[in-house]
Amino acid sequence: MAGRAALITAAMLFMALFLVCPLVIVFSQALSAGFFTYITSLNDPNVGSAVLMTLTIAAIAVPANVVFGILASWCIARFDFWGRNLLITLIDLPFSISPVVAGLLEVLLFGSNGLFGGWLEANNFQIIFALPGMVIATIFVTFPFVARELIPLAQEQGNDEEEAAVTLGASGLQIFLRVSLPKLRWGLLYGVLLCNARAMGEFGAVSVVSGKIYGSTDTLSLAVESLYESYDMQAAFAVASLLAMLALVTLVLKAALEYRHRDELHATRKAKAKS
Amino acid sequence: MSTAIEINRLAKSFGPHKVLNDVSLDVAPGELLALLGPSGSGKTTLLRLIAGLDQPDAGDVKFDRDDALGRKPKERGVGFVFQHYALFRHMTVFENIAFALRIKKAPKAEVQTRVTELLKLIQLESLAARYPAQLSGGQRQRVALARALASQPRVLLLDEPFGALDAVVRRDLRRWLRHLHEEMNITTLFVTHDQEEAFDLADRVVIMHGGKICQLGTPIDIYRSPADAFVHEFLGESNRLAAHIRGGAVQADAGFPLGHAAAPEGAAMAYIRPHHVTPFANPRGGWTVNRIAATGAAARITLSHNGAVVEAAMTADALLETGLAVGAMAEVVFSGGTLFDQDGKTPVKLTADRPALAAVGV
Repeated sequence: MAGRAALITAAMLFMALFLVCPLVIVFSQALSAGFFTYITSLNDPNVGSAVLMTLTIAAIAVPANVVFGILASWCIARFDFWGRNLLITLIDLPFSISPVVAGLLEVLLFGSNGLFGGWLEANNFQIIFALPGMVIATIFVTFPFVARELIPLAQEQGNDEEEAAVTLGASGLQIFLRVSLPKLRWGLLYGVLLCNARAMGEFGAVSVVSGKIYGSTDTLSLAVESLYESYDMQAAFAVASLLAMLALVTLVLKAALEYRHRDELHATRKAKAKS
Repeated sequence: MSTAIEINRLAKSFGPHKVLNDVSLDVAPGELLALLGPSGSGKTTLLRLIAGLDQPDAGDVKFDRDDALGRKPKERGVGFVFQHYALFRHMTVFENIAFALRIKKAPKAEVQTRVTELLKLIQLESLAARYPAQLSGGQRQRVALARALASQPRVLLLDEPFGALDAVVRRDLRRWLRHLHEEMNITTLFVTHDQEEAFDLADRVVIMHGGKICQLGTPIDIYRSPADAFVHEFLGESNRLAAHIRGGAVQADAGFPLGHAAAPEGAAMAYIRPHHVTPFANPRGGWTVNRIAATGAAARITLSHNGAVVEAAMTADALLETGLAVGAMAEVVFSGGTLFDQDGKTPVKLTADRPALAAVGV
């Protein structure tokens, strides 16, 4: 009993030190010069553009990876095709490559001296140091999150329910919308939340391709860094508090959804524990 | 009016493996037919081809003389119950049963009425709001059945419907299904590897082996006159004895008489059920009692003679009267069986020698 209590206390202390403390510090530093200063530093047009940039990138990158994740899990769980294992390995690639390297790779491909640089310039299309490059970098880095959640789930669930739906008269689209997608929805939700958190917080790859043009190609994460570098600690923490709030909203959203569907979740979990 | 099913020379291979080999079968309207066979005999594949979940390589399937293969699964009017139920895990019991009606965009009131009706039929009205994971195996199976019945199929197909259930639940569900079939009279095919289940439920039984139909008939006909050695062995324990026939008399190669048969002269294999073997104590008999196992009402006795070993079965009460004891000598009388040729074909009935039977009062 004493051992158990000690273990639980240790876990709690660890959590408090590494998760709760930083969160408290972020908000206390942001508000260190008073609430009015906090609001003023957030009211800066450059911060506004960073928020817009961050939201735009996430709004493109997350749906793109959701579509890809669903397609990949569908194919991998249902068909046995040549290159299936290669695909599974490749999906993990962004996890094993440093985001900075990913950003550099992109510059090598699309930069003015890059492989496609000449063609892009000739057609007056800018990728590097602009939104398209930052979106591509974010998609690359957050590539595995949805797929990684869905693939094992789809493999475990098999094809039985889809076949049952066929015999009950459902068309391909109806099966996808009413059976395949809903049965994956919890995995999809967690995947989307993780993917979104990472897309908004991504620093390395985006920092390489953005060119860090303050007030134009800045995201929230990049803004925090540039403010910090210019010794504007309070403003840096104020922007950081926005990112922290995004994280909190994500968590609350997840908890709320789980609460709403607690019956179903509870039943599935119990069944899983039994088997 | 119930639907008749005609299956004509159906064939299906998965890669080099022939799963179904020229299978032809007529199912009468309203019949309850069992497809019985060991795993890998092609019975589930046959069911899936009828439902349209797989496509055959050759042959055709007709429902009431109407080509079913040309139709998509959803146009065939088939209800399918899967071995592991395949209930929609994210839907309640009610929504699972309502699925086919919702797909058809049936009016809400109709869905409500029909699902309530089916819930009553499967006696699960109180569990309509539960999720499949909250149900027992037997309850899930009944929901799967109700879901398949919701759109009023012409044909009901059940794949090992009771395979994953324990013995008591299985027996109850079996009775319930029989009753349901009598009420609704839908042409029903079910797959099983359990002989007792097939014989208990079905009007007729199809025995499958190696992608072919070995025998088709009523349970009693099949049990009494198995078409080949495989069917005989599959339907229950058999003693297999090498024998030869001379002038109608059948003699085991180990040197004891088995009875008479109208079979051609020469070698044959005799298949004799344990309850057709009657041993009794006799100090001068040629048999040794090796083992006696009494399990409740039934008893099994293993005896040997000259290297041949046979098993006998009788009631525990009858065993007491025989006076048999392990290690003691005994005499054995054979009261029936079937002879097959060396390929396991051409069955011929074995008939007992009257005087020998009379001696033991059989």
